[in-house]
Amino acid sequence: MPGTLFDRIWDFHRVGQRADGRDLIYIDRHVLHELHAHHAFAQLEKQRRPVHRSDLTFAVQDHTVATKPGRDDDTNPSGTAFLKAMREGTRKNGIRLFDIDDPEQGISHVVAPELGIVLPGATHAVPDSHASTVGGVGALAFGCGTSELAHILATQVMALKRPQRLRATLEGRLAPHVSAKDVALRLIAELSVAGARGHVVEYAGAAVRAMPIEQRMTLCNLNIEMGGRSGFVAPDEATFTWLAGRPYAPQDEMWDRALAHWRSLKSDDDATFDREVTLDCNALEPQITWGTDPSQVAGIGDRVPDPAAMEPGRRAAAESAFAYMGLSPGTPLVGLPINRVFIGSCTNSRLPDLEVAAQVVRARRVAEGIVAMVVPGSSTVKREAEAAGLDRVFRDAGFFWGESGCSMCAGGNGDRGQPGERCVSTTNRNFENRQGPKVRTHLASPETAAASAIAGRITDVRRLLSGAA
Amino acid sequence: MEPFVRHTAVAAALLHDDVNTDQIAPVGNHRGLKEDYKSMLFMRARKREDGSDDPDFVLNKPQFRNAGILVTGNNFGAGSSRESAVWSMLANNIRVIVARSFADIYRENCLQNGLLPIALGAPEADAFTAKVIAVDGKAPFTVDLETQRIGGPDDFALGFEIAPADRVRLLEGLDDIGLTLKHMAEILSWEKRAAAAQPWLQQTRDSR
Repeated sequence: MPGTLFDRIWDFHRVGQRADGRDLIYIDRHVLHELHAHHAFAQLEKQRRPVHRSDLTFAVQDHTVATKPGRDDDTNPSGTAFLKAMREGTRKNGIRLFDIDDPEQGISHVVAPELGIVLPGATHAVPDSHASTVGGVGALAFGCGTSELAHILATQVMALKRPQRLRATLEGRLAPHVSAKDVALRLIAELSVAGARGHVVEYAGAAVRAMPIEQRMTLCNLNIEMGGRSGFVAPDEATFTWLAGRPYAPQDEMWDRALAHWRSLKSDDDATFDREVTLDCNALEPQITWGTDPSQVAGIGDRVPDPAAMEPGRRAAAESAFAYMGLSPGTPLVGLPINRVFIGSCTNSRLPDLEVAAQVVRARRVAEGIVAMVVPGSSTVKREAEAAGLDRVFRDAGFFWGESGCSMCAGGNGDRGQPGERCVSTTNRNFENRQGPKVRTHLASPETAAASAIAGRITDVRRLLSGAA
Repeated sequence: MEPFVRHTAVAAALLHDDVNTDQIAPVGNHRGLKEDYKSMLFMRARKREDGSDDPDFVLNKPQFRNAGILVTGNNFGAGSSRESAVWSMLANNIRVIVARSFADIYRENCLQNGLLPIALGAPEADAFTAKVIAVDGKAPFTVDLETQRIGGPDDFALGFEIAPADRVRLLEGLDDIGLTLKHMAEILSWEKRAAAAQPWLQQTRDSR
């Protein structure tokens, strides 16, 4: 019977069925972070339950780490207890920790693929809603809460209800300076923030095939912003080339054997999905959010929409977003003065993200009065960027160049904006107060963020580069 | 986990769609590992700029100070997977959320903690919401998971659906890990099969 790739991965990993009807799905790779892990360690200790497979479990310090050069446990005092508890919990349980000073420390969703810890066709869990980032290498990943984290530590399985299948076919070719970030924002705008609830999304189509792996990760990262349970891109030769030689990936004969299997990982041609959506990417321009949820999106050349013209379901949210964002209907997005720019987070902090942003910034200066930050997604990315001289490009232009971590995505490490500031950010959530009390967040691609930092206002990168902005 | 059988409390209406976990349990300055979940709940919405309570926020109104049932819109609990968005409800004795739909991870977190997530279809949700607004905190409602009914003043009664397995899990306060550990033999034999079929999945090694 024809099946989808999701079905194949699910069925292979299905250990059994619990009395309550939930499937027990084996988790091949589990990655913890310090904000949530300490609860689970304490719970298991109290229940005297051991970690079943510490060798399949990894841990990072990412949510609360300071980004200031020369940082240590105490640079962000509100994170100190979390970092120490993580260190103790992983030591007691024999779990490999990428600690604050580890040369490979970073955001879990960046570190796991770049070290080859997650693999095509593997299942993956992180106590974080952006777990499906690694769908970009063809892994099936689930975000989870703290209780589920403890459950996975004790059993190495998740007890899940089988989700529905949605295929998002992204057709056409992206224009220059249009990226996976823009595609994802447009898709969320079309489907709404709850549009993929209960579904695992397979991203397919020519536009996806043409995306480098890092962009596929950006695409899959934003899957949760339309409510998706998980999201992935079937692996292909580009994936295998990207993974080859990474330290935790299989090597030599094992690599050959894995590769032969991975080449079979795709949905059958006549497989049926519970839902299908398509998006034509040919005419897509850079996108930017104007509101307080990631579905409130417009093209960079557009004006802020008029709630009166919206469907009733979206009107109230738009009106409340306008009040928070200090915008009025009909205002052009391009030209809105900003105070801050943040380039980073699990969405857009990998080396190619920094490369395209640096291309925009090179030989230019951040506009007067703008606070602009670049925070690499991992210490590995940071080192590679520095080897390529990107840190100099950013610093010379007036950017802060930080140590790796989640930073201003949710501000859990103290990196936040000031009340009333307008920030163009490459992150994933423009929720009220997320980047600091009363901070107004506009989500956009690294290139749009970089161009806006230079101009001091929301800017169409294509116009900046052509000298028209 | 504390079993959920029935809960009698005042019901408060927070009639927005897509209420996210950043709103429910904001990340502020962490106070260390022992957070104050009680004051975390809707912390930003509850407070005015000077730090005083905002009297217009529903849970600050005198009649809803002890609300134990929350009525809300679509896709409740969107966003971050943080379980504090459930713990902060429980810390305020809110043990039932009646919504039109829930975000997937939030609903799972509810079931892990004995917080009853009830999803109602549009007609039932409209009826219950109207009643909650009319009652305005003057009388409690009772949510009974055994009979799957919500009762309230003036003989108000409404049935609700929940997956039988989720119902039993809440009623009995079952230990989720304990349920799965009964399958440890299957887990071990799966690991053996996987180690033969796709051995790279069952090992992790830094090749350097």
